[in-house]
Amino acid sequence: MGSITLNKVSKVFGEANVIPSIDLEINNGEFVVFVGPSGCGKSTLLRLIAGLEDVSGGQIMIDGKDVTQAAPAARGLAMVFQSYALYPHMSVRKNIAFPLKMAKMDQSAIDKKVEAAAKVLNLTDYLERKPSQLSGGQRQRVAIGRAIVREPSAFLFDEPLSNLDAALRGTMRLEISDLHNQLKTTMIYVTHDQVEAMTMADKIVVLNRGNIEQVGSPLDLYKNPRNLFVAGFIGSPHMNFVDGAYAQSKNAKMAGIRPEHLGLSKDSGLWTGTVKVAEHLGADTFLHLDVDGIGPVTARAGGEFGAHHGDRVYLTPDESKLHRFDDKGLTIRA
Amino acid sequence: MARSVTTKHKVIATIAAWVVALIIFFPILYTIITSLKTEPEAIAGFNLIPSFTLESYITVQTQRDYFTPFMNSVIISVGSTILALIVAIPAAWAMAFSPTKRTKGILMWMLSTKMMPAVAVLVPIYLLFRDFGLLDSRIGLTVMLMLINLPIVVWMLYTYFREIPGEILEAARMDGAGLWQEIVHVLTPMAVPGIASTLLLNIILAWNESFWTIRLSTTNAAPLTAFIASFSSPQGLFWAKLSAASTMAIAPILILGWFSQKQLVRGLTFGAVK
Repeated sequence: MGSITLNKVSKVFGEANVIPSIDLEINNGEFVVFVGPSGCGKSTLLRLIAGLEDVSGGQIMIDGKDVTQAAPAARGLAMVFQSYALYPHMSVRKNIAFPLKMAKMDQSAIDKKVEAAAKVLNLTDYLERKPSQLSGGQRQRVAIGRAIVREPSAFLFDEPLSNLDAALRGTMRLEISDLHNQLKTTMIYVTHDQVEAMTMADKIVVLNRGNIEQVGSPLDLYKNPRNLFVAGFIGSPHMNFVDGAYAQSKNAKMAGIRPEHLGLSKDSGLWTGTVKVAEHLGADTFLHLDVDGIGPVTARAGGEFGAHHGDRVYLTPDESKLHRFDDKGLTIRA
Repeated sequence: MARSVTTKHKVIATIAAWVVALIIFFPILYTIITSLKTEPEAIAGFNLIPSFTLESYITVQTQRDYFTPFMNSVIISVGSTILALIVAIPAAWAMAFSPTKRTKGILMWMLSTKMMPAVAVLVPIYLLFRDFGLLDSRIGLTVMLMLINLPIVVWMLYTYFREIPGEILEAARMDGAGLWQEIVHVLTPMAVPGIASTLLLNIILAWNESFWTIRLSTTNAAPLTAFIASFSSPQGLFWAKLSAASTMAIAPILILGWFSQKQLVRGLTFGAVK
C-alpha cells in the first residue's frame, strides 16, 4: 500500500514562505511527478513527505495514518537522491544491505534480498566494488537498489537523473518506468525537466512558487492547461503567446498556440515571418521566426521542410488548437 | 615546442621547491650539525662541517634525565589531543550539521582567542594554576594545551565535517539509522582521514608548545621544551649541548611526522578532489 495525502501542508523557512498551503491526494501505485521551475518548492515538498524537513503546518497521511511527526525511517518510504548519496566507504553490497542491517534483519535474508535486487538492476558483477569504481548510471542503480530492498510503501526520487548525460538519462528514464511497472509501488518523482514529467508520469503536479498550479495526466495538462503558467511550462518547445490585436479578435487577453499547431507554407498564410534560426533534428525542424506584427514565434515543421536563416515563410495557426487566456492568466473555456 | 616549455617550467619549479625546502629545513639541519660539534667548535662561528663527535649527546644524557621530560611530552601532547578531540568532535559535528545563525560568530570568536598574545593572560592563568595546585603538574599542562589548541581542532574538524555531503546522512536517516548508528556506520568512517590528520597536527603543535609548558612547569611535569630551555643557563650558553638536546627533543616528532606525512597531506588536502 502507498497512498499519501497532504492536508494543508505548509513550510516556512525563516521569513520565506516556501510552501503556503498544499492539498494533494496520491493514490496507491501511482507514478506522480512534481514538476516546476527551480525554486518552486518541489524538492521541499518531497522532503516534507520524506520527513527530512518538519512541516510548519498541516498534516501528512500515509495509508490513512498520520505521520506528520514521524521520523523519516518510520514512514516506510525510500528515497533516491540527486547526488545518489551512496556510502563511499562501503561496497555496493553493503550499500544495498544497509537499510536491512538497520532493520536488524538476519544475514542470510539480507544476502538473498541483496542478490535479488542486484539481479534486477544488473549489478551482480559489481557487488564487491566501491561506489567510486562505478559509472554514474551504475551508481544511480545502486541508489535505487538500496531503495527497493526495503520494500517501501512509496519511492521518492529527487531529480535522480540530472547528474547523468543525455543518453544515459534516456535509458534510466525507461528503466525507472519499467521498475514502476514491475513493482507497482507508488512513486513520487521530482524533476525540473518537463520531458521526464511527460514521459514517466501517471499524474503530473505542476508547482510554482510553492503552490500547485494544476494536477492532471500528462495529456490532460498538454491539452487543457488551466492557466498561462502551465501552458507555458508543459510542452517542448514552449507554447507561443500572442497578445494584441490577434488575441482581441479571439476575445482574449492572450492567445496561445503550440509550435506543432502552426501550419507552415512557403506560399501563403495568415502570418508572415522571417526565419532566424532553423534547428534541423532529422524528423522535425524547429523554426525560430520573427513574425511581422507579432514578434518571436517557434514553429514545428516536418523534417523535409527546407528553411534557412533569412527565408520568408507563411504561418497559419490551427484555430481548433488555440488556447485563450483572460486578463488573470486563466484559460477561457469555450 | 609545448613540451620544451613544460620541461623548463618543471626544472624551475623543482629548483624553487628545493630552495624553499632547504631554507625551511636549514635551522633544523644546522641544529643537528651543531650538536655533532665540540663546544669550542660550536661557538667558533658558522661552519657546516662538524667533527662528528657524540660528546654533547653523552654529556646531555649523563647530566640530565632525558626519559622523564620525554614521557611528559608524550603524555601532555597525546593527552591534550585526545581531550581536545573528545570536546571538539561533538562541537564540530553540531556546528557543521545543524548550524544556527550564530555558528559563524562562535567559530570566529573561538579563533579570535588565538589572536590574543599568550603573555596577556599569563598572570591570571598562573594565579589560577597556583590556586588550584596545578603548577608543575601533568594534568595542568594537559588541560592548558587542550584549551589553547581547541579552537584549531574545532575549526579543522568543522571543515572536514562540512565536506561530508548532508545528503549521505539524510540517506542514512531514511535507511533507518538512528543518531548513534549514523555516527558509527556513516559519519565516522567518512571522517577518519580528517580526524586522523587533526590528531597528528595537534600532537605536533602540543609537542612543540613552549610558552606555557616552560612557564607552568619546573621539574616534575617539565616536557622536552623545558628540557631544551634548561641548557641555556645563567652559567653560559652551551651551543653544542643545547643543539644535542634540541635534536633529541624534535627527533620523535620528526619521525612521527615523517611516517604520517601521507596521512597529513591527505588530511590537509581532503576534499580538494572527489
